[in-house]
Amino acid sequence: MKTELDYSPELFQIASREDRNAEKIRRPSIKYWPDVWRRLKMNKLAMTGLTLICIFAVMAFAGVHISGFKYFEQDYSMINLHPDSVHWFGTDELGRDLFTRVWFGVRYSLFIGVMAAFIDFSIGVLYGGIAGITSRRIDAVMMRIAEVVYSIPYMLVVILISVVFTQAGQGSSMFVLIFSLSLTDWVPMAILVRGQVLQLKESEYALASESLGADKSWILRKHIIPNSLGPILVNITLTIPRAIFAEATLGFLGLGLQAPKSSLGTLANDGLRGLPVGLTYQIFIPALFISLIMFAFNVLGDGFRDALDPRLRK
Amino acid sequence: MEKVLEVKDLRISFQTFFGEVEAVRGITFDVGKKETVAIVGESGCGKSVTASGIMQLLPMPPAFFKGGEIFFNGENLLNKTEKQMQGIRGNKISMVFQDPMTSLNPTMKIGKQIVEGLVKHRNMSRGEATAKAIEMLDLVAVPQPERRINQYPHEFSGGMRQRVMIALAMVCNPQLLIADEPTTALDVTVQAQILELMNKLQDQLGMSIILITHDLGIVADVSDRVVVMYAGQILEVGLTEEIYASPKHPYTRKLLASVPRLDMSREEPLYSIDGTPPDLYVPPKGCSFYDRCTEAMKICKDQMPELYGHSITHQSRCWLNHPMAQRINSANRSEGR
Amino acid sequence: MRKYLLKRFLLSLLTIWIIITTTFILMHSVPGNPFRTESKMPKVVYQNLLRKYGLDKPLGEQYIIYLGKIVRGDFGDSMKSRVETVNDMIKRGFPVSAFIGLQALIIAITFGPALGAIAALNQNKWPDYFSMVIAILGISVPSFIMGTAFIQFLAKNISWLPIGGWGTYSHSILPSVALAFMPLAQLARFMRSSMLEVLGQDYIKTATSKGITRAAVVLKHAVRNAILPVVSMLGTIATNLLVGSFVIEKIFGIPGLGMFFILSIGNRDYPLIMGTTIFYSIVLISMLLFVDIAYMLIDPRIKLVKEGR
Repeated sequence: MKTELDYSPELFQIASREDRNAEKIRRPSIKYWPDVWRRLKMNKLAMTGLTLICIFAVMAFAGVHISGFKYFEQDYSMINLHPDSVHWFGTDELGRDLFTRVWFGVRYSLFIGVMAAFIDFSIGVLYGGIAGITSRRIDAVMMRIAEVVYSIPYMLVVILISVVFTQAGQGSSMFVLIFSLSLTDWVPMAILVRGQVLQLKESEYALASESLGADKSWILRKHIIPNSLGPILVNITLTIPRAIFAEATLGFLGLGLQAPKSSLGTLANDGLRGLPVGLTYQIFIPALFISLIMFAFNVLGDGFRDALDPRLRK
Repeated sequence: MEKVLEVKDLRISFQTFFGEVEAVRGITFDVGKKETVAIVGESGCGKSVTASGIMQLLPMPPAFFKGGEIFFNGENLLNKTEKQMQGIRGNKISMVFQDPMTSLNPTMKIGKQIVEGLVKHRNMSRGEATAKAIEMLDLVAVPQPERRINQYPHEFSGGMRQRVMIALAMVCNPQLLIADEPTTALDVTVQAQILELMNKLQDQLGMSIILITHDLGIVADVSDRVVVMYAGQILEVGLTEEIYASPKHPYTRKLLASVPRLDMSREEPLYSIDGTPPDLYVPPKGCSFYDRCTEAMKICKDQMPELYGHSITHQSRCWLNHPMAQRINSANRSEGR
Repeated sequence: MRKYLLKRFLLSLLTIWIIITTTFILMHSVPGNPFRTESKMPKVVYQNLLRKYGLDKPLGEQYIIYLGKIVRGDFGDSMKSRVETVNDMIKRGFPVSAFIGLQALIIAITFGPALGAIAALNQNKWPDYFSMVIAILGISVPSFIMGTAFIQFLAKNISWLPIGGWGTYSHSILPSVALAFMPLAQLARFMRSSMLEVLGQDYIKTATSKGITRAAVVLKHAVRNAILPVVSMLGTIATNLLVGSFVIEKIFGIPGLGMFFILSIGNRDYPLIMGTTIFYSIVLISMLLFVDIAYMLIDPRIKLVKEGR
């Protein structure tokens, strides 16, 4: 131990209060949404997905126009051409430019996906919100109904509805498709919203007993909505690929858009015919685009889910 | 006394995204045979990390042993392989965890959970092990053990589950039991029962206990010695009587003062220590308690105090013990400051 | 528990009834009837056909008759096939579809959770990334693309694997694998997150502290708990398998029920459409019920709660 002489007496004076800092805040507090965004950015896979989606969104508008061809333009002198400098994705058996048709299909798929998600969201929020707010009995009944609806195999219903409306000679119109897709898909969203509302009801009563009634809307704004937005966002992001997948499958089964309009699914179906004769690009390109869109949304949805999970904070 | 466990200058850190967190910054203590040593401190002081570290139950990335040694029966545990540690865990050293509600496998019958250790370490047959498990449950005062052994954790209350945990930990008769806040999650009445149980088992089976807690109220009855931890360091260590009767560190004194007592008057405000523990990403150079210490001196900020001995068993880490400090203080007193 | 089971069973029946009714309404809401599409026929024949299929009766009556037939297990006569009834076609096609479906299910159940568990145990190391890449592919690439890719690339190199048609066992391999991909991926992903959550639980620490081997901790404690939520997912998996089977049968030219279904849509063969839809629904809803019951049996917490403790 050092001897007494090694320390000056000065050091042993009592330290002043200001010099000590009992309540120091050491790290800047982290705000919610900027933090979520930061964590999302760190996820390279999710960022790839986001980039892809942006590219697709832009091209969905522009792509159809760049090529100079119309999606329905047939040119019998240009049948079944492999991709070249004029027709970047080649042509199909009726001489139509595939580049244009593919982007038309992307536009269509994205629209369907977003619309379906929007409808799911609307119905889900409404239904779930009501279920959460009303009495337990009505809530129980509503949940039973939702259960039954959800256990109806959606694909069968979609196919049936498409059959009915295709008969009318129009081909499945977009709205029919979106409508039938949303028929059963809103249930998970409703359950989610209901859960959030129930949670809110608990904390609401606790606080209401202490404070003024005005606080209810405060809690709604400051706690519930911010907390629910996250899972809802994840749900929406993952609903979109489901809808697109359903549409693509339908198209592939011959129940999609009627020619000359093209969806990615119908394009793949058409492309199937080109397979035995070596025109692989005809199915490969639409298939690639379907996969990329689904990949992008799935990965983005995953990224959101991880970024919102407090346990995964690094 | 024969030493079962000797921890020497142990350092454990965590590698995180924001940098290295020094959770345990050089602690030294030991545990003798049949002794109960209590490690006391606030949440986050490193006591749980120490406990898990002894058993090497910490997730090794991101945790890592920065330095020091842990001697168990003379052998350094840090040199052991995972396989060797497996032979020690549950067998020679056991642990009881804090939250009985989540510490048991919800989908496995508790009998099976108790028997697991026996089968592994003692090579018993299922039948023999089950009999021993029933015996153990009886020992920890679980009624109708033959029936309960086939039940699932959710069929037990919190206090019962903790008893099951203790049975589980004791079934192979370990030399050392590490109890990490065993009563924190329980009702007060149940707390007393559990502590009594542990005491009784210690007498019967002759094991040593490390009792980790933040509650000074339960320490007095149960432990032989007390280690006071703060911000990853040991600030004071001594026999229970020494610590309670003459605490030498300001932190210990404040801790003792903040325990509510039955003989306090109603007007007396509850004492609490201002502030929060320091950030261990940037550990303080000097005494870690500096910011919250009302008796702090200027030297405390920049220089880490050494360990001063008050008796063979009682040491504290505080500049107030330095002869210079004592001289200044008496000088101040005589000058009437 | 019995009360709950009864409730579930009744709800399932309700769902099936809803499907039957909806299907019926949909099919009969199509303007005209199937015979209009045929080439012109003498009026008498037309009337006879209408009478044979009961299409001349009022809608409500048709419905009751149909419902009655279904309850007895009779799906009626096909409109296009003169030889077979709908029941015959179902009997012919279902075993084929079931075989491929079950095989795909077994593949998915065997490899999916295993992949997910491996990924969770090696979080952020290469087995994790590798498994998750496969999983992402599985859920992003629709089965018809997967199937077509198989035909294109694999079959050319592996000559002993038939790429289409039906007959021997090896005809079922490629279709089953292609069908299994998406469910496998979904199971893997779900298992991974379930495992990760379980591995962070306190009881895993307790198990390790007993000194049992890491393998024992993983298998007896972690997996056992992680697999529970995955079981509840099987219902959705079954649904996906069903839908996927339509597509797979089309690509590989498998004479299963899916193919009949698709053909019937093309042909506007209403009894067949209805029959197969309803049959599929019954199968599916039974599976959902079955999964529910299985889950209740496996999770010890649920059983006892229901027994009124």
